[in-house]
Amino acid sequence: MINTFILRLFLGAIALFMAAPLAVVAGVSFNERKSLSFPPEGFSLDWYAQIFTEDSWRSALFNSVGVAVGASSLAVVVAFPLAWFLWRFHAPWARIVQVLGLAPFILPPVITALGFLSFWTTAGSYGQAWTVVISHGIFFVTLPLVTLTLGFEAVDDSLVEAAATMGADDRTILRTIILPLILPYIISGMAFAFVLSLNEYIVAYMAVGFTVETLPIKIFNSLRYGYTPTMASVTVLFVAIAVVVFGLIARFGDLPRLLGAWRHDDDS
Amino acid sequence: MKIKPRTFSDYATIGFPAGMLMVFFVIPFGIMIAVSFFQRVQGAFYEPAFVFDNYARFLTSFFGGILGFSIGLAALVAVVSVLLAFPFTYILTRMTRRTQVVWLVFLLSVLSLSEVLIGFGWSTLLSRTAGISNLLVALGVLDKPMSLSPSFGAVMTGMVYQTFPYTVLVLFPALSRLDPSLVEVARTLGSGPVRSFLNVVVPALRNSIVSTLIMVFVFALGCYLLPQLLGKPSHWTLSVLITDQAIYQSNMPFAAAMAVFLVLVSLSLVAISLLYGKKENAA
Amino acid sequence: MSGLVFESIVKKFGEFTAVHETSLTIPQGKFVCLLGPSGCGKTTLLRMIAGLEAATAGRILLDGDDVTRIPTHKRDFGMVFQNLALFPHLTVGENIAYPLRIRGVSKSDCLAAVKRLLDLVQLPDMAGRPVSKLSGGQKQRVAIARALALEPKLFLLDEPLSALDAKLRESMQIELKQLQQKLGITTIVVTHDQREAMTMADLVVVMSQGKVHQVAPPVEIYRKPKDAFVADFIGSTNLISGRISGSGKLAVPGGTLLADDLPATGDVTLSVRPENIRVTAGSGDNTPGCLAGEVSYIRDLGASIEMYLSVAGQQITAITTPSDRPDIAAGDAVSVHFPKDACVVLGDA
Repeated sequence: MINTFILRLFLGAIALFMAAPLAVVAGVSFNERKSLSFPPEGFSLDWYAQIFTEDSWRSALFNSVGVAVGASSLAVVVAFPLAWFLWRFHAPWARIVQVLGLAPFILPPVITALGFLSFWTTAGSYGQAWTVVISHGIFFVTLPLVTLTLGFEAVDDSLVEAAATMGADDRTILRTIILPLILPYIISGMAFAFVLSLNEYIVAYMAVGFTVETLPIKIFNSLRYGYTPTMASVTVLFVAIAVVVFGLIARFGDLPRLLGAWRHDDDS
Repeated sequence: MKIKPRTFSDYATIGFPAGMLMVFFVIPFGIMIAVSFFQRVQGAFYEPAFVFDNYARFLTSFFGGILGFSIGLAALVAVVSVLLAFPFTYILTRMTRRTQVVWLVFLLSVLSLSEVLIGFGWSTLLSRTAGISNLLVALGVLDKPMSLSPSFGAVMTGMVYQTFPYTVLVLFPALSRLDPSLVEVARTLGSGPVRSFLNVVVPALRNSIVSTLIMVFVFALGCYLLPQLLGKPSHWTLSVLITDQAIYQSNMPFAAAMAVFLVLVSLSLVAISLLYGKKENAA
Repeated sequence: MSGLVFESIVKKFGEFTAVHETSLTIPQGKFVCLLGPSGCGKTTLLRMIAGLEAATAGRILLDGDDVTRIPTHKRDFGMVFQNLALFPHLTVGENIAYPLRIRGVSKSDCLAAVKRLLDLVQLPDMAGRPVSKLSGGQKQRVAIARALALEPKLFLLDEPLSALDAKLRESMQIELKQLQQKLGITTIVVTHDQREAMTMADLVVVMSQGKVHQVAPPVEIYRKPKDAFVADFIGSTNLISGRISGSGKLAVPGGTLLADDLPATGDVTLSVRPENIRVTAGSGDNTPGCLAGEVSYIRDLGASIEMYLSVAGQQITAITTPSDRPDIAAGDAVSVHFPKDACVVLGDA
């Protein structure tokens, strides 16, 4: 009895800890007054409207979404042939490319960011908007690479062999069997990359910080001059996007398996 | 049935990702290493050279202090995160699938949250006007609201907040694959749930815990904004300093040298953690 | 010549030889079972026919044409996989139409073919179902229909019935055999179940450890096993070793046995099926073909009676029917008769 109580207390404390800053931010985002105060005084959705009505916030939002769409697509386009090759062929040297694909995510982001800063400066493209799409696309290639690797592993070899005995060549098998089967993994990999690109600050900042303002850059810049309630509404919007995207992945895919669990629910 | 690649089109499929990673990851890395030996030019950016000046600055006590603080902070954050996340993840993996999914969605959402937004959230929560101190005043614990940030505690809290979901997700595979009968055996032998957790689960996953500690340590080492947003300049870490040098001080060569150093530290730690992970799989 | 011919085929996986040099002819239109314990190389042999494994050496000929190097997707053989390999994202109809669709066959022709094939496997009106909603037996039929969609020259099945329960398996065996007879298609089935092979096959290929031991019709495999492995693997048998002691005579522990086709001299092993051994009470005559023994114990299974006997220190099993049961009990002395035509001389394995 006492154990269940302690258990709940522990889980509750963790939940409170994880939710507290979000709850406060959500609270102040509904504040009627422009100043930072909690509990909120009055109720207003003005600060949400402002994301879309005020030019600087709206363009930052569009920048962020544009970069995230482009970068997550690029990440999938780079990860897909790599994951396919690793699955299809026996070539130990290809592991090196795989490690390169995993490295950006494991190393401290500052390093990748600085690498891109020196690269784009050297290439003479520093500050161009498209550079951040490529930078993010490479930085987040790890996510679709991981989900696609899992996806390919989940494809039963005999399905491929069966298709071959029925006259399908590699290309036809890829199009008619493999693509439909790993589509959920493509989508979840892209969704992970999308959400993370939306939130990413340091790589974007070092690549295009002085020319293109994404939402995280805009918030950070605004923070230095003090508080505006739109920061809060943007934060809530971002949390909501993440919850919706990951919720959809969980709804249509197997989230625990994507995150590395065995499917032990089958026999329980 | 895996076959050896033979035709040109076989190789072409890996050519594109390999080329992209080469051009946009390996080459930038190379340039960064090269820049770390370049010479800074006051007023301009930098010029090609081959000097060790940037590395020599590591030997100053200022840098040593920052390095020591960064490593100490990251280690402390890693320990606290694992201490919290390990029992949490264990409980999580024993919950129903539905509950697990809800928690995982929540944790992933927090994990993907920009450091800017986490920093903003905690600075709000710890602020004088909207923070918990108001709650404490209402409860009669405090006389008047006070600001809890910037402070070392605020930096710690923010960083643990950021690393906690990461830690859970790193531990999740190992703990969810843990054979439940291990614990059941311990329970049938008469030990309580807490004791069987400490005596059976923790030792069984000793290597996972060590490798997770290292992974979280590297992750915390990469924190570049929270020390800046929630701490005083004395709480700045290597990552913050790199950003500061690269952007505000326009000292790319020094920033690059510090980044190269950070890569070496991170890579060697990741390698160690991979070795530990291997051992566990082999056992 | 027509049919499938293996010419000195060898398959190695690294250091391990899965199939030792094998030459074999499978006549056209026959139902052939590759039979053997797991790991004997039978599936590897089948996969080489399909082109899913490349032969390390040797050639495979179909109707005189060398197909050894032709890639799987150009061979146009129908194959049913052990796990059936139905495409989970397609319906029953789409699965069956798959080989037609990727060849650009029109939609209406596909529909007609699907209907014909579903009728053939007795699953009418199932085309729209998702495969996940099918029972094990239905999945089986869909996999068979799909493999036959191209009207292939060769129909290959890898342990096709192993996922079904025993009762369903027996009825599917008969059905599969009837289907093959109707279509007259050369069919090769891999199985480890000797009853399955006996039920379906025109020709059984018995394999173990990467070698073919015997190729013969089922009855011959049973009655005239070529070596000790085949004799023992197909049904149960008594193996008795002895030395040639005269024309048609073999000296064995405890006496002399008679057999046809004995070599002039040397040591040989006989296989004698338990149901061919006759047991009588009392240790009367000790003529050639009859040995004295003692009953160890008797197992009465209702439909048959198994007698475990000790003959000159060797275990011998005999089976009889209730109506022929001799009046004996454990510990009794008995005469054990080995009819001459039941004693099969085995070659070296």
